[in-house]
Amino acid sequence: MDYVRAFIVGGLICVIGQILIDKTKLMSGRILVIFVIAGCILGGLGIYEALADFGGAGATVPLTGFGYNLAKGVMKEVDNNGLIGVLTGGLKASAGGISAAILFAFLASLVFEPKEK
Amino acid sequence: MINSKEEKQKYSDMVDSMAPKSPIFSNCIKAFISGGLICILGQFINNMAQNYGLNSDDASLVTSVVLIFISAVLTGFGLYGKLGKFCGAGTIVPITGFANSMVSPAIEFKKEGMVFGLGAKMFIIAGPVIIYGVLSSIVVGFIYYLLG
Repeated sequence: MDYVRAFIVGGLICVIGQILIDKTKLMSGRILVIFVIAGCILGGLGIYEALADFGGAGATVPLTGFGYNLAKGVMKEVDNNGLIGVLTGGLKASAGGISAAILFAFLASLVFEPKEK
Repeated sequence: MINSKEEKQKYSDMVDSMAPKSPIFSNCIKAFISGGLICILGQFINNMAQNYGLNSDDASLVTSVVLIFISAVLTGFGLYGKLGKFCGAGTIVPITGFANSMVSPAIEFKKEGMVFGLGAKMFIIAGPVIIYGVLSSIVVGFIYYLLG
């Protein structure tokens, strides 16, 4: 059952992205920025948490989940450390994902050659 | 050079008439199915990680790391871009699309050097995402602090 919910929630979030791309001609980079900001705000409002409880990976795998993770992390750090947490919480929560992406991107660029266009 | 508003409008009309009409409904179906399938894969990795006894935060980190790894390999073989042409937002919006946006320019621009090629171009899309993500987390955190 959690697979069905992940499929539906994740699929619908991607449909929102597709509509934005088709209707507004926004570049994919801008879509990703909008999705992260939206996820962070919805996370701060406590709305995304409900979506993540329902949709599981369907809510956390899309980039809105990255924004939600930033919001969740910063609120947890504020609870633990007060004002300092405002500056440390977001990146702390996303450190693993960002480091992994940097590492794999670096390794891939050593292993693979650019494809001929 | 395009300098007047009128010319800009003309140009934009011309682009509209030349660009292939995008069949939005079928694009959405493709995005729904491909994005949904990536999330199912994510759910599967997440469930596996929790079965190994990881807590939910660690399990979702492992999920991201594995998906980023898969995306890096597919991008390296030039397959992610091909998938993306068919799937549209279904492969852009998930974290695999974010990873692709780092891996792809890193490979393509490495010949321009380790620092300003690989190092700088890796963040051409990821940079803005991280910048505005962190800024919004600071805003959210500060408001949360004031209210808390």
